Amino acid sequence: MTGILFLEQLLNGLGFGLMLFLLAAGLTLVFGIMDVLNLAHGSLFMSGAYVAAQAHQQSGSFVAAIALAVLVTVVVAALLEVLLMRQLYKRDHLAQVLATFGVILVADDIVKMIWGPSPVMAPTPAALSGPIEIIDGLPYPAYRLVILGAGVLVALALYLLVNHTRVGMRVRAGASDRPMAELMGVHVGRIFNGVFLLGAALAALAGALMGPIVAVQVGMGEQILIPALVVLVIGGIGSVRGAFVAALLVGLVDTIGRAFLPMLLRATLPPATAADLGPLFAEVAMYALMVVVLIFRPSGLFSARA
Amino acid sequence: MRSKSTQPPVATVLSRTLRSLMLASAFGVAGAALAAPVKVGLALDISGPFAALGAEARAGFALGIKQLGGKLGGQPVEFVQADMAGSPDQAKQLVDRMIQRDKIDLFSGPIGSNIALAVGPTLFAAKVPYLSSNAGPSQFAGAQCNAYFFGTAYQNDQFHEAAGKFAQDRGFKKMVMIAPNYPAGKDALGGAKRQFKGQVADELYTKLGQIDYAAELAQIRAAKPDSIYFFLPGAMGINFIKQFVGAGLSKDITLVTSGFSADEDVIGAVGEPMLGLFNTSHWAHDLDNAANKAFVDAFKKEYNGRYPSVYAAQAYDVILAMDAAVKQAGGNAQNREAVIAALKKANYASTRGSFKYANNHYPIENFYLRVIGKDAQGKITNKTVSTLLTNYGDTYSDKCPMK
Repeated sequence: MTGILFLEQLLNGLGFGLMLFLLAAGLTLVFGIMDVLNLAHGSLFMSGAYVAAQAHQQSGSFVAAIALAVLVTVVVAALLEVLLMRQLYKRDHLAQVLATFGVILVADDIVKMIWGPSPVMAPTPAALSGPIEIIDGLPYPAYRLVILGAGVLVALALYLLVNHTRVGMRVRAGASDRPMAELMGVHVGRIFNGVFLLGAALAALAGALMGPIVAVQVGMGEQILIPALVVLVIGGIGSVRGAFVAALLVGLVDTIGRAFLPMLLRATLPPATAADLGPLFAEVAMYALMVVVLIFRPSGLFSARA
Repeated sequence: MRSKSTQPPVATVLSRTLRSLMLASAFGVAGAALAAPVKVGLALDISGPFAALGAEARAGFALGIKQLGGKLGGQPVEFVQADMAGSPDQAKQLVDRMIQRDKIDLFSGPIGSNIALAVGPTLFAAKVPYLSSNAGPSQFAGAQCNAYFFGTAYQNDQFHEAAGKFAQDRGFKKMVMIAPNYPAGKDALGGAKRQFKGQVADELYTKLGQIDYAAELAQIRAAKPDSIYFFLPGAMGINFIKQFVGAGLSKDITLVTSGFSADEDVIGAVGEPMLGLFNTSHWAHDLDNAANKAFVDAFKKEYNGRYPSVYAAQAYDVILAMDAAVKQAGGNAQNREAVIAALKKANYASTRGSFKYANNHYPIENFYLRVIGKDAQGKITNKTVSTLLTNYGDTYSDKCPMK
């Protein structure tokens, strides 16, 4: 195992982690402040990917496509908030899970009606389609570097927003103790509307950015929702910082599990056993991390309510 | 709730209506034929990891059913269709219901081999013939073969043996192989290795439905192979090819694959980077036989001019096979021995041309090399290059006790 391979895998893990962060940040705030579990978050991710793919193909401008994807998804999210989510705030979690799971099914069918069941093409911007030699002997996909950069920027912006602005202070107050924040005169309900739309925008951004490297297809939101929920649980509900740390941890553990665990097993066990166990361990690495974190910190790494 | 005493309770009314309906229908068909309508269970993958493939299969089934006027062997048919979302548990429940409540006579549909393995035993115990429109797991080809199972399309390994042979013929020396960690993935790499004699530098098994392949691509770069054999059906293959090209690996490494990762669904989503990709299949839309031409033309007419994929062709084929079998069994689908005997003859105009079944009810058929290029209209699609394997059976049939 060379240093270059290690570095490359590290970058891969960070990239995957940052994408998960974009998705988990909105999810954790919504869950943290309003105590609403929104499974349809993955559908907003899918909406972003589809709109961006379509807009990119028609306009040829990747930046415009991302902007449009975010805009359309925010409008969709606003509709969803007004029509459905408001009815769910006072209900218990089971009702929320059932209703938002229903939204997933409806969203999948709407996408199928508009774009058909087959995956659609989301082109990579021509200038970014090849690899860039970061250091000697390590060509890295240019597009993945863009994703890394975008992820870091968004994380930074969110950090500033949540930790260093008045709005952010109210968001944190709402997340850690809602009744108290309301007594102090914070319109938690109004803040929540904003947070919900912000979460939708981040999910759409993640979808639009991921489109060119993954299959833009019906159900893509559910696939990524599961690791995003793992991030939510590990990071602690309602904490953006927790979501950030947990997303990077999950990204790294997942990549290490897939890349290095099988190698390690092969070096220590008979080949047939290693071949059977390797993929198995890689698949559960992320969940094993979650179990370990929950044993030592039952409310997650940085729970806003701890 | 209180009803007036003069009115009979709802349940009684319902059962009376039902009884009279049943009587009416019994009299209605008595003159035509004694057999009840043939019931066909179709478990589809409309959502889940194989959603796009399942939708293609549904298009194929639908076209076949439409062309036959909703009949099989001249008998009226009831198709019991349901989505099982690529989940073995859900599929198992669905099949239990189809057998117990709907009393199906024939079954088809699942895309994944894991599903086929989950639902197979239940169907065999209920003596319902299962014509697999896609999955061809090795388990049902060897010692566990069953009279009620027909691997109508192919045996998993065959596809990959054909691809392994292509890689061997091409003179590749060092190969990395990658497949999802599920039954068909193991069959795939096992099959490819059977015909490829060069060095297999690494075998990577990934999670079914994996999104990100960066970790695997980094390992591939480090292993420096001259070729990669990948079996990643559906969206997995789309992700892999896109990320492979993005990583700049396509300069030094040739991709080799089976037709599953290089069919219309993948081509449409990946586009230009697919050009020149070699892949293997037992069917292609430009295969030269009358049944296939008629099928491809009808499919294009029905579905806005797009080419059918292998999944649509296989599903269409299953409907034709069922039609022929019911006809040859004298129109009585409940006579299971006669249906099985008829199915076994494979006496129908298959889109792949004529073929025979081996003793394990898996086909002995040709495998072709296809390459992705542009058609006369500039559309990216597959073209048949040559025949790789002629009248090729599978390697498990001698372990099957059936004769």
